[in-house]
This record gives sequence, structure tokens and C-alpha cells, in this order.
Amino acid sequence: MSTRIQLDHGEGGAASARLVSQVFLSRLGSPEVLEDAACVEGAGRLAITTDSFVVRPRFFPGGDLGKLAVCGTVNDLAVMGATPRYLTAGFILEEGLPLEDLERLVSSMAATAAEAGVTVVAGDTKVVGRGELDGVFVNTSGVGFLPPGRALSAGACQPGDAVLVSGPIGDHGTAVMVAREGFGIEGELLSDCQPLADLAAELLQAAPGLRCMRDPTRGGMATALIEICEASGVDIQLDEANIPVRRQVRAATDLLGLDPLFVACEGRLLAVVPGHQAQAALDCVRAHPRGQGAAVVGQVVTGSGRLSLHTAMGGRRPLVSLEGAQLPRIC
Amino acid sequence: MPTPAEQRARAEALYTRIEAACERPLALMEVCGTHTMAIGRHGLRTRMPAELRLISGPGCPVCVTPGADVDRAIAMAQEPGVVLATFGDLLKVPGSQESLAQARSHGARVKVVYSAMDALEAARADPATTWVFAGIGFETTIPTIAATMLRAKLQGVQNFCVLPSFKVVPAAMGALVTGGAAKIDGFICPGHVSAIIGLEPYGFLASEHGVPCAITGFEALDILEGVAMLAEQVQQGRAEVENQYHRAVPPAGNPAAMELVYRVLQPCDAEWRGIGVIPGTGLEPAPDFSGLDARLRVPVEIPDAPDLPAGCSCGAVMQGLMIPPECPLFGEGCTPARAIGPCMVSSEGACAAWFKYGGA
Repeated sequence: MSTRIQLDHGEGGAASARLVSQVFLSRLGSPEVLEDAACVEGAGRLAITTDSFVVRPRFFPGGDLGKLAVCGTVNDLAVMGATPRYLTAGFILEEGLPLEDLERLVSSMAATAAEAGVTVVAGDTKVVGRGELDGVFVNTSGVGFLPPGRALSAGACQPGDAVLVSGPIGDHGTAVMVAREGFGIEGELLSDCQPLADLAAELLQAAPGLRCMRDPTRGGMATALIEICEASGVDIQLDEANIPVRRQVRAATDLLGLDPLFVACEGRLLAVVPGHQAQAALDCVRAHPRGQGAAVVGQVVTGSGRLSLHTAMGGRRPLVSLEGAQLPRIC
Repeated sequence: MPTPAEQRARAEALYTRIEAACERPLALMEVCGTHTMAIGRHGLRTRMPAELRLISGPGCPVCVTPGADVDRAIAMAQEPGVVLATFGDLLKVPGSQESLAQARSHGARVKVVYSAMDALEAARADPATTWVFAGIGFETTIPTIAATMLRAKLQGVQNFCVLPSFKVVPAAMGALVTGGAAKIDGFICPGHVSAIIGLEPYGFLASEHGVPCAITGFEALDILEGVAMLAEQVQQGRAEVENQYHRAVPPAGNPAAMELVYRVLQPCDAEWRGIGVIPGTGLEPAPDFSGLDARLRVPVEIPDAPDLPAGCSCGAVMQGLMIPPECPLFGEGCTPARAIGPCMVSSEGACAAWFKYGGA
């Protein structure tokens, strides 16, 4: 097989078949016969989600597009309280993509799927001409099983609840921005990209009254909490002094004029739990390898759907949704 | 590094100091967008005494860049064989008809760079194209652009030039005081600018106009200490240039940088958006460097147009005559998503800061 993706790899003929068998099935697992749809076991209520992944660069410190494409979808299922089981994966490839890159991405995807306990049961590949997209885009859809009675909702939060985050915020967005643009920033800064289903399941055991969870991806922790405030018609007051932010993330976001509260995570769980279960929830998350930097960062209070921050300097300010992309500043 | 608890304790001590020094209504103006943003981000206004107002001046270089210069940059980017390189901040700032970002969407060649040196390197790699760098900024940014211009000249790079829209800060502060506009009881002077120019250029504000100055750093504790120093000067009837930020600002500034700036550039009058022409507050290429002046290299015609969009109060905001929420457009017609005025567009503009941080 050639070392780069060619248009023939998407034409459904022998080249397509070789690509599917040598790159995808060899890594993601192969049924005896390739049918037009996967037929799988399942019963009861299902959680279903889909997401597309276009990150640049496709390999970044702490992860890559393949890992991200599994984590993003698995985590969307996990925060609904579902047990993720099946994924589908659609690849759109640019003519000329190094085959080695694709193999690395699919291997990473396979390893992350195994770690997350999901099986990739269906897939698709298309190839478009050079210049029509940036290398490779991946779409994954996921199916998870919900236990009877599980009904987590952003609209279920109540005054007296506590807000918990499972670790330092902003690692992923910052790591990718630094990897993409350089900025001359030195030092080890890894994406937090990781599957969260096991952590979410344990948290649900420890805090059975849990109201809702989110994985704060685009828009970061603040945006996810603003949505929760609006959905529940309550205010949330964050305490800046308790919000975990890595020193390198603080330095890089300061330099770029960004607010880490609005920078993406890909492996953090945000949970709202009843106040009396906050300590149990925190202990549970901190005891888990994926949640060692967890902290209670805020409280739910009576209000009208607004998020605010008690700053580390003793001031207060509202947190409102950002508009558009943040651009690097000049001074 | 002090722990967060120690920093909070220091902040509380400074709040107490400010409270004790504030005996009459005071308006303290910051003239640096980084201060504007830091005051909002830390919610410092919510802890000031009721009589003490922190107001924002013309502290953001993209906010004070006149509409005509944006129009000129767009016209240059539309010339065949020309690329306009700019810091990202300028992209969305409205000219009289449109912004650079809008112009780019229908064909103008606009590239975002992170430094003037990057633009020079791009020019060297692309000799068939004329690269115009949009030279906006205060004394903090100007030395690096001047250094780039010097390098371009020494290396004989023929296809690189600069559209000069530089501003110097202290003279503009003087114009705000003598303009008789807002009553300003003290200036929170910009730390980064001061690291280049030193203390002396502010001296006339204190000695001639009796306005206390405090050169101030950008951490919350720096700003609180700067505010305390200004309130205490007023309380004690003093007007001096004090240096809160001595860890970064030597009294003489950075003479080598200033020497470089005045080797490459010479003073000129400058138009400040929404404020008007302030004599002696601009810089343009000196005669030896006129070959790098984009206005000569890429001559363009621009329409005669109002400096600010209709109804926009950015001029009053930047002179401390109005706080952003007093503008009828604020939060209604003008938001970061659909910004009308430059102070809402710029990430460090006073209106954007008030919108983002809720006036905190």
C-alpha cells in the first residue's frame, strides 16, 4: 500500500478494502463478515450522542485526534450517567495524508476505546481532494446504557448544592494552543484528554443525589456552568481561590490574554451534588486516578440563572458567555 | 511566592489603607488596557470606597487607532501584490465602512502575525509581495517595531514597510488634564510603558498640573498599592510621580530602547480616535527611514468619513467623561458579538471590560 492516502482509498474498490482491513479492522477489531450495519445487544433506555473532531495539530502533547474522538463522545455519554458501550467512527481523509499518521490515530483510538470499555462497531471512510480539508476529520457517535430511573439534568440543580470539578481546568485548550502556535512557551504542558466513564460511575455511587454532570469542553468550565445556571434558574457562586489551575496554564493564558475559566478541558468532570454529599463526592473523586486534583469550587444559591466569581482578591464579578474566538493581544 | 491566603491578607490590608486615605470623592484614571482588564478580572471596583471611582482612559492602542488608519490599512490590503500584516487585535476594529476582518472575507489580503519581526521574515520569504505591517501601539510595542524597521533597512529588504499609527502616552495624559474634560485626581500610570520611558516623562503632570502619578504593575496587589499611593498623595496634598512597580521599572526606563525608537522614528501629531488630534503624540519614520513608510510605498485613497460610527460614545468613554454603561448603545446595540465602537471590539477596550466583567 502507498505511504499516503489517495483518492482511490475512498472509491470503494480494492484500495478501499485494503485500507479498511489493514488500517482500521486490524486495530479496532473485526467482525467475521462486514455487513452494512452493526447489530448489537441492548435493552432499556439508551443515551446517544455524536461529535465531530477537527483539532489542529492532530498530534498534541497528551493526546491526538484519535484519542480525542473517543474521549469526547464517551464523556458526553458518561456525564449523562450512562455506561458507554458502542461507538461508530467516520473518517474524512485528505488526499496526501501520510498513512503513518492515520495508523497512529487509529491505534490511539483503539487503545482509548479499550481503556473506556467501548467497542467500535461501525465505521466509514471518505477521501476528498487535496486542499478540501485539513488532513483528517473524524466523527464518532456513541451509544450508552442508562440504568432505570437515571435522570441527570442541567435543570435539576437546587440552592444548597455544591459544584465540584475533578481536576485542574484549561489543560487541553492551552496545550493545543501552545502546540499550534508555539509562542515560544517552554515546559511540559499536557492535554487532560481522558475517558471519564469509570470516574463518573464511581461518583454516582458515592453521591447518589447527584444532580448533573458536564465535561467542560469548548467554552470551558464557566460556559458549562452558565448553561446549568440558566437551565436550573439558580445562581452559582464560584470561589476563585478554590479553582485548580496549573501554573503553566495560568502563565500561558495570562500571556495570551485568555481566561482559564473559559478554556477547554477534555478530561475533567464537572458535577453538581447536594451539599450534604459534597464531601463524599470529593473524597471519591480524589481517590480515583483520574480525579486527584479535584476540588469543590462553588455553591448553588437562589437566583435567576447567573454565574458569578468571588475573586481571590476579595472582589466579585459576574461571569458571562464569551463572544467569538479569543485573539492574541498585542500588549 | 506568597500563598493565596497571604496574598488575600495583603489585599485586605491595602483595602484598609485605601479606605483610610479616601477622604473626599476621588477619580483615578488608568491609561493601560491591561490595568482596565485586571481591575475587572479581580473585581477590584466592588471593594473600593463609595467615593473612589476607577475610570478608564485611552489605554488601548487599537481603540485609539483612528478610523482613517483602519480604512488606509484596508485600502492597502486591497492593492494588488500587497499583504497587510497586523496584530490580531486590530482585525475586528471598525473603519468607516468595514473592519479588516470583513475586508479579508471578500478578498483583501490580511495576515495576522505575532510580531513585526514575523512580518519581516514573511516578507523575506515572499519577495514578490509587498508586506505592510500595521504599526500600532504605545511605547511598549514601538521599540520592537523600530528594531524591525532598522533590521529591514540594514538587510536591504525592499518589500517590507510599516503603516505608522504609533502613539506616545504621557503627552496624551496631559491633554486629558488640560482639556478640562473629566476631573482626574490621579493617574495609575502604565507599568509596561514606563519600563521603556522611565519616570521623567510624567513629571509635568505632577509638577505643572498637580496630578499625582503612580507607576503601577499589573498584579491585583500592585494595582491596589498604586491606588493606595495615589489616595495618600491626595490626602497629604502631594503631587509626585511615585513608582509602585520598581521591580520592573528603573527610574530611567530603557534608554537603549528609546534611543532606537528616536533613531528610526520622529515625533508628529497624532489623531486619537474619538478624541481628536493631539500635537506631538505620534511617531512616524524619520527621513532616513522614509523608504519604510507604507504611506509613501503604497499610496491609497481613502474616503472622507466620520471617525466613529453613528451614536458611538467611545470618545467620551476614553476621556473619562462617561462610563461604558452610560452609553445608550452599551449592551443594547453594542455588544462584543455585534460591536459598534472600538472600545467594545478590542479585547482590552473599556467597554469590552465592563461588558465582560460587569463593571466589577
